[in-house]
Amino acid sequence: MEKRKQLCNMKNLCEAKRLSELEEGTRAHIIGIRGGPPIYRQRMLDLGLTPGTIIKVSREAPLGDPIEIELRGYSLALRKKDAWHILVEPLPDNPE
Amino acid sequence: MAYTRRTPSRQPRVIIVGNPNSGKSSIFNDITGEFQEVSNYPGVTVERAVGFFQTDGIKIRVEDLPGIYSLTPYTDEERIAREEILSSDVDLIINVVDTSNLERSLYLTTQIVELGKPFIIVLNMSDLAEKRGIHLNYERLSCILNVPVIKTVGNRGEGIKELEQAILMCLNEQQKFIPNRTTYGHEVDNVVDSLSDLLTSQLPEDEKGKSRWYAVKLLEKDPQTLDELKNKVTIFTYLEKEIEKQINEIEQHENEDSSVVIALRRYGFISGALRECVSYTGGLKQNITEKIDNIVCNRIIGPLILVGVIGLMFFVVLKTTQEWEWIPFTTGWVSPVGLFEEIFELTALLFSFLEKDYPALHSLITDGVIGGVGAVLSFIPLIFILFLLISWLEDTGYIARIAFIMDRLMRIFGLQGRSVLALIISGGIGAGGCAVPGILATRTFQERKDKIITMLVVPFMSCGAKLPVYALLIAAFFQHNRTFIMLTLWVISWIVALISAFILSRFVIRGEQIPFVLELPPYHIPVFRSVLRHAWGKTWLYIRKAGTLILAVNIIMWALIYIPLPFYNNTQTSERNSVEHSVAGIIGKAIEPVTKYVGFDWKINIALIGGMAAKEVIVGTLGTVYNMEIVDDEQSSLSTVISNDKDWYPLRALTLMIFVMLYAPCVATLVTMWSETGTIRFPLFSLFFSTTAAFVVSLIVFHIGHLLSFGT
Repeated sequence: MEKRKQLCNMKNLCEAKRLSELEEGTRAHIIGIRGGPPIYRQRMLDLGLTPGTIIKVSREAPLGDPIEIELRGYSLALRKKDAWHILVEPLPDNPE
Repeated sequence: MAYTRRTPSRQPRVIIVGNPNSGKSSIFNDITGEFQEVSNYPGVTVERAVGFFQTDGIKIRVEDLPGIYSLTPYTDEERIAREEILSSDVDLIINVVDTSNLERSLYLTTQIVELGKPFIIVLNMSDLAEKRGIHLNYERLSCILNVPVIKTVGNRGEGIKELEQAILMCLNEQQKFIPNRTTYGHEVDNVVDSLSDLLTSQLPEDEKGKSRWYAVKLLEKDPQTLDELKNKVTIFTYLEKEIEKQINEIEQHENEDSSVVIALRRYGFISGALRECVSYTGGLKQNITEKIDNIVCNRIIGPLILVGVIGLMFFVVLKTTQEWEWIPFTTGWVSPVGLFEEIFELTALLFSFLEKDYPALHSLITDGVIGGVGAVLSFIPLIFILFLLISWLEDTGYIARIAFIMDRLMRIFGLQGRSVLALIISGGIGAGGCAVPGILATRTFQERKDKIITMLVVPFMSCGAKLPVYALLIAAFFQHNRTFIMLTLWVISWIVALISAFILSRFVIRGEQIPFVLELPPYHIPVFRSVLRHAWGKTWLYIRKAGTLILAVNIIMWALIYIPLPFYNNTQTSERNSVEHSVAGIIGKAIEPVTKYVGFDWKINIALIGGMAAKEVIVGTLGTVYNMEIVDDEQSSLSTVISNDKDWYPLRALTLMIFVMLYAPCVATLVTMWSETGTIRFPLFSLFFSTTAAFVVSLIVFHIGHLLSFGT
C-alpha cells in the first residue's frame, strides 16, 4: 500500500506541470503545492486547492495574467507567479 | 468609540461570520435595522459593525465580523475574526453561507464547529442556488451538523423572521444546539482526540470547550495557536514534543504534510455531507456567466467594453446631474446640482435682513455656513448617482471583472486590480467622487501593502470638491477649451497617481507578499434595495463630512479671514486690507517666497490653506479675498474679476488647477486614512507626499509653460 502510493506520486511528478503553464480550457487535477511561503500554501488549501481537486483553467485575462480557474463550483483568479507553485496533472480532454 | 467586552447587565452576544461576498452584511442589516454603530477595532484597519435587535423584551447585541475564508490568522481581518470567535463571552455564532458556493463556504463552518459553541447556519442567496440548479435538503443538513439551518435571501429580507426565532430559541436552550464535530477519518480523529484530552486536562475552566479546536489547529501547524497556548499550559515542552510526534505519525501514514491532510479531510467531510443532502439539476446561470465572460474578458473586446462602461458612467453622471436641466423649479428648469444650489441661495436670502444691522453675523451665516456647506451639499446628486452606478455594477459582478482585467496593468505600478475601483470612486473617471469612500473601498484588499499604496494615491483623483475650482478657472480663462483642459487634468491625475504608486511600492512601503486571490462571482441582476442601501451609505459619509467637519473648518476659515488682528485694526480700515492683515493673510504672505515659484501670491495662498481642510472652501475663500460675496450665483462674476485682474493669466490658472488637484488631501480623507490604517504615520506621510508631488508637478508645468510662452 505504502509503496504503491509512493510510486503513484512519482509517476504524477513525472507528468506534472505548473498550473501557470496550462493552456486555456485545460482540465487538470492538483498534485500538490510545492514551495512558496507557508502563508501562501495555507491560503491555497483554505480556498480548496487541495491535492486531488479537479480544476479547469477558464481563461487568461486580456493581458495574459492573472488566470481564472474553476474549482469546487466557483471561479477564482490567481496570478501566474502564484499559480506557478501549484503542481497539476492535465487530464485528457473529455466532454463533461 | 469605547468598547467594553463585558457589559454589566449582560446582553446576549451574537456574532455573524462568513466568507467575503456571502451576503453577511445584508443579513446583519436585516436583523438590526437602523440600530447600528460602525467603528474600528482598536489599532487595525478592520471595521467593526455592532447592532442590536429586540425580541421578547431581550436586547441582543449582534456583531458583523469581517469576511474571511479561514481562521488562519494571516490578515488583520482574520486575526480579528479569530479573536472574536474565540472570545468566551460569545453566546451564539451565526455562520452565513453562500448557498450557490456551498463547498468552499462550508470550509469555514468545519472550523467553527470545533469550538463547540451554539451555532446557526444561514444559507443565504438560496434563490441564486436554486436558479443554478442546486437543490438542498435543509433538514438533512441540519441533522448532520446538529444545528438549525435557516434559508434566506438577504438582499430581499426573506427568511429573516425565521432567523430571529432561531436566534431566540438557541439563546434560550443553549445546551441543545451544540454542533457535531467535523470528522477527519479514523486515524486523524484518534490523534485529535488524544491531543484534545491532553489539552482539556491542562486548560483553565472556561477554555476547556475549545481544546478540540486547539488540537486541530496544532495539527495544522498553525503558529499562532502554539503561542497562545504557551501561557495557558504548564507542560508546554511536553505538549510540543507530543504534537511533533503526532504530526510525524500522520505525515508518515498519509505521505502528505499534516496541514494538507487536515484541509483535505475537511473538504472530504463537506463532500460527504453534501452528497447526502444536495441534488443537482442542470442550471442555466453558470452557462450565462460563462458566455458573458467570454465576451467581457475577451482579449480585444474586453478592454473596449471596460472603456465603454467607464465612459458611459462618466456621461450619465455628468449629464443627469449637472448638464441636463430636467427638474422644474420656481426659476425654470434646473439640473439636480443646480436645484441644490438654488435652494441654498434662497436660504441665504432669508438672512438678508441681518445685513444692515449685523454685517458680521450676516457674513458668518451666508459666507461661513451656507456658502461653504452649500457648496458641498450641492454635489450630493452627483455623488449619489455615481455611487448608485458603482454599487449596481459591483452587485452585478462586473467590478470583479474590472479588477481581473486591470490587475496586470496596475501591477506594473505597484497597485493591483482592486485598486481601480478605489480610484474610480475617488474621482478616477473625472466626474467627481470622493476619496473617503475610495479609501474605504480598500477594505476588500487582503494585501496590506497594496491597500496602503492605494490609499496614498487615491487623493490625487479629481474628487467632487475640486470641480468648482476647475469650473471657476475654466470660466475665467479657458472657456473655449473646456474639454481639453478637463482631459488634461484627468490625464495628469492618473499619471501622477500611477508614478507615485510605482515609487511608493519600490522605495517606501514595505510589506509581506500575500498571494493575490480574487473571486469572480456569477453574474446576477442586482436587487435595487441593496444597491440603494450601499449607495446611500457612501453618500451619507460625504454628507456627514459636510455637516460636521467642513462646517467647522468654514467657520474657522471665515474667522481667520474676516477678523483682522487687533494690532492692525487701528491703522487699516478698508476691508481689502483687513484681509491682508488677518491671520490667514499673514500666513499667506509668509509662504509667498516659496509659492511664487509656481506663480501663487498671498491671496491664492490663503485659499489654498483653507483648502487643506476641505477643497470645497477654496472658491469661497478666493471670493472673500477678492472682496466678493460668495453666494453661488456670483461665482461667474468672481471669474470675471479674476480674468480681468492683471495678476492672473491662463498659465497661472492652469498651474493652480493642477496644484489643487494634487496637493494635501482634505482633513476628512486624512482622518479616514488614520482610522483605516490605525496609525497616524500614513496620513502625515500622505500630507507631506501629496503636497510635495503637487509642488513638483506645478513647478514643472509652470516653468515649461513659461519657456514655451504658453498662456503667459
